[in-house]
Amino acid sequence: MVAFEAVIGLEIHAELLTRSKMFCSCPVVDSTQAEPNVAVCPICAGMPGTLPVINRQAVELALRVALALGCQIHPVSVFARKNYFYPDLPKGYQISQYEQPLAVNGILPIETESGWREIRIRRVHLEEDTGKLSHVHADGEVYSLVDLNRAGVPLLEIVSEPDLRSAQEVRAYAQTLRILLRTLQASSGDMEKGALRIEPNISVRPAGSSTLGTRVEIKNLNSFRSLERAVAYQIEVQVGKLSRGEVVEQETVGWDEAQEITFSQRSKEEAHDYRYFPEPDLPPLVVTPEWVESIRAALPELPWERQRRYVEALGLAPAEARLLVSDPALADFFDRVVGALKRAPARMAATWVTGELLARLNEQGQTLEVLRLSPEGFADLLDRTVEGQINLNTAKGVLQEMCMSGKPAVQIIAERGLEQVSDPEWIARIVAQVLRENPAELDKYRSGKSTLFNWFYGQVMRLTRGKANPQMVREELTRCLEDQVRGES
Amino acid sequence: MSELTDLSVPELLAGMRRGDFSAVEVTRAFLRAIECLEPSLHTLITFTPELAVRMAEEADRRYRAWRHEGSSTEAALPPLLGIPIMIKDVLCLKGVPCTCGSRILQDFVPPYTATAVQRLLDAGVVVLGKTNTDEFAMGSSTENSAFGATRNPWNPEHVPGGSSGGSASAVAARMTPAALGSDTGGSIRQPAAYCGVTGIKPTYGRVSRYGLVAYGSSLDTVGVFARSAAETALFFSLMAGHDPLDSTSAREPVPPVSLPDTPNLNGLRIGVPEEYFISGMSAEVEQAVRNAIAQMEHLGATVQNVRLPHTGYALPVYYLIAPAEASANLARYDGVRFGYRAPAERLWEMFDRTRGNGFGAEVKRRIMLGTYALSAGYYDAYYAQAQKVRTLIRQDFLDAFQQVDVIACPVAPTPAFRIGEHTDDPLAMYLEDIFTLPANLAGIPGLAFPAGFSATGLPIGMQLMSAPFREEILFHTAHAYQQVTDWHTRRPPLTP
Repeated sequence: MVAFEAVIGLEIHAELLTRSKMFCSCPVVDSTQAEPNVAVCPICAGMPGTLPVINRQAVELALRVALALGCQIHPVSVFARKNYFYPDLPKGYQISQYEQPLAVNGILPIETESGWREIRIRRVHLEEDTGKLSHVHADGEVYSLVDLNRAGVPLLEIVSEPDLRSAQEVRAYAQTLRILLRTLQASSGDMEKGALRIEPNISVRPAGSSTLGTRVEIKNLNSFRSLERAVAYQIEVQVGKLSRGEVVEQETVGWDEAQEITFSQRSKEEAHDYRYFPEPDLPPLVVTPEWVESIRAALPELPWERQRRYVEALGLAPAEARLLVSDPALADFFDRVVGALKRAPARMAATWVTGELLARLNEQGQTLEVLRLSPEGFADLLDRTVEGQINLNTAKGVLQEMCMSGKPAVQIIAERGLEQVSDPEWIARIVAQVLRENPAELDKYRSGKSTLFNWFYGQVMRLTRGKANPQMVREELTRCLEDQVRGES
Repeated sequence: MSELTDLSVPELLAGMRRGDFSAVEVTRAFLRAIECLEPSLHTLITFTPELAVRMAEEADRRYRAWRHEGSSTEAALPPLLGIPIMIKDVLCLKGVPCTCGSRILQDFVPPYTATAVQRLLDAGVVVLGKTNTDEFAMGSSTENSAFGATRNPWNPEHVPGGSSGGSASAVAARMTPAALGSDTGGSIRQPAAYCGVTGIKPTYGRVSRYGLVAYGSSLDTVGVFARSAAETALFFSLMAGHDPLDSTSAREPVPPVSLPDTPNLNGLRIGVPEEYFISGMSAEVEQAVRNAIAQMEHLGATVQNVRLPHTGYALPVYYLIAPAEASANLARYDGVRFGYRAPAERLWEMFDRTRGNGFGAEVKRRIMLGTYALSAGYYDAYYAQAQKVRTLIRQDFLDAFQQVDVIACPVAPTPAFRIGEHTDDPLAMYLEDIFTLPANLAGIPGLAFPAGFSATGLPIGMQLMSAPFREEILFHTAHAYQQVTDWHTRRPPLTP
């Protein structure tokens, strides 16, 4: 039995978060929400005599991504026309980059089960999106409607080398890239809205072989889950064919979400001849070294650098670090909390941000921006907890109120009299009271039901309305119960 | 008042300023000329008399207000207030059909105005109509128009040249003082020569292409025809200059064209390229051009031979690059969003029929040529190779302009040919452009103006070319020549 190895490369298209379109001043609107054809002008409708003008912001965002990927930036890159007929392509050609892309030769580090791997990036280039067709079946008629809101929206195409070897790696690559795009505020990365489109190409070869097999490209994947499943499915199909001595045909396939199978869309014979040639309406795009350096200098900490810092410098658990980094807004918040902490350790902040805070956000379906919680206020709450001013349980309640009212922790603690009490005599009095008032439970405890400890603890905390120092309550309760048990024997 | 149509642009402006006649009177004089001559010449695709009168009335209001305020400064008046023009029907004017001489755009009304047109509107011009053209500016005779051929006012049996034949014919016949054209391979200079008027093809990027319906985007230029070099320069200088809507428009400053009152070409170095005096060209054309060069020498210029060794490749290079770009530029005419749509049951059937019925034979020929030149497996041998040779052709000129200020040569090998003479022979038609194509490939400016007449009474033109962005020296040279010659003042038999 021959062992096979999958060889996978990815083409990713990301919609850039620009205010206006790639080559005209039309606003970029959410094409899943907006009325059709509200953001269209003669230029993006491809009307005769109109000309494209390059969007500077799109170039800047593209350069941010390319630099973050460690790419070599071409000082001069060339736009090209990619020619094909389709009713969603107003000019009959798409303005893209072909022979001389904006940037080449980058690296995306991804974390796999066996550690970090560097996936090579072949090229990064700019192009424009097409419009959207809706196929309508109504009143016995079949027709198509064209919406050009999306036509001309800037797209960044990021092409990897075929360095990926499994569906899991493909998913890790795509997710890491999305985190990067979000960290750089270059793209929303929303797959379900089509802002991030991932097209893997897969071939399979006998393990150890250095030649490439025939590749199959998968289109219309709208989630990481379908990406992973479709790739795994294709690998299985190709391995099956090769094991049976059949050949793999070069083709483009689609992913059937419901049946979880791929289906053929276009064979090699049907492949287009795009007749690329340099776009004569645009002079070559010149990127000066000064421009590149100013963008490089303004790059934020990159996700993989951040993850390493969390683990190595802040001592976070790897899973916590990964979780934080996966949400750039959350990680930014965490960094600001850490910056404001006076006593509490960063690890505690990480536990709280990925635990309590994330749970709160998830349960209310909210984002950080709408919460009335400042990182400084959050740090203050953690510091007060560490100082023993309030106990952990109380702190959770205070956090909840802080999120809703926006009041500082100190005010909530004062208003609700939540400050932790560490007076040993007072605690001893309450513990004694609880034991006295619950003789039946005490009897059971004495007869060996030691799990009642927590019940007694709960009673004490209830009577003190959570204010008693939990550590001291435990100690006092342990001491008293042991006395009781000893008194019995 | 029909003599109004004989006045020069400065004379018309002076008269309107003084109040000798109104802008409406000027416009009506040209409208009458159009009504009288249009049936024999067919220069227009869209005639806009109501628009013209409205614009002229507005011009008169501004003249009256200006006089009322005491005629304080001339600068307060737009420089071409009340001057009628025509616009080649490949340049967009908001609200007026732009057909490009094609059935596929016969109902297309652009919701925007070309920058070159807008700059003249801002200067106060009055629009008389949109002129006839070979379909999508592909042709050298204005016979390839879906709306019928234009005729030459010097002899209506002959073509006016093309593709801006409507504009050239109308200026020659005094139906308008000036008209806009476009020049991708000679489409301004060759009809200027055939019709005996002056026409400028500017440096590539000198005048914005925004709103010019594209044919060969890396070759297309917007220019203008008038009766003299001085008038042509006036329109040109108002259209030229960077436009943020056209990324290929140059940021070079546009110096004001100031032409001397006395004809003097002292210090001017004229180059004469032997490659432009070929066997098979008309002896009359050669003689007229050599006489003109001698006359310029007489005015103080020095004349020397220059070499442009790659000239012979210009024709094949052009017929790879221009059709390749056209094949992409014309892909948008699919019947989906604007223009003509053929009825059909299925999408691809609709595409096929729309383009099959909408485009004429020459346009289809060039789309096929260009598609082929760009196809996988042929690109390197055709398109990429043509671009390399294009660089050599440009270098020929840049080298020559190290030695001389202008290059003088014929515009076309013959005077205007007869209608129908070349219609069955595309190659013969393509050869009409051999002296004009190189300037487009090199991106340099060229000026065509009358330099004599054939024995049969047809105008003969000559061409001056200069280094990029040196249009001023072309106007200067031609203006000096026109001060000592009267070819440009002659009236064709068909005039008002």
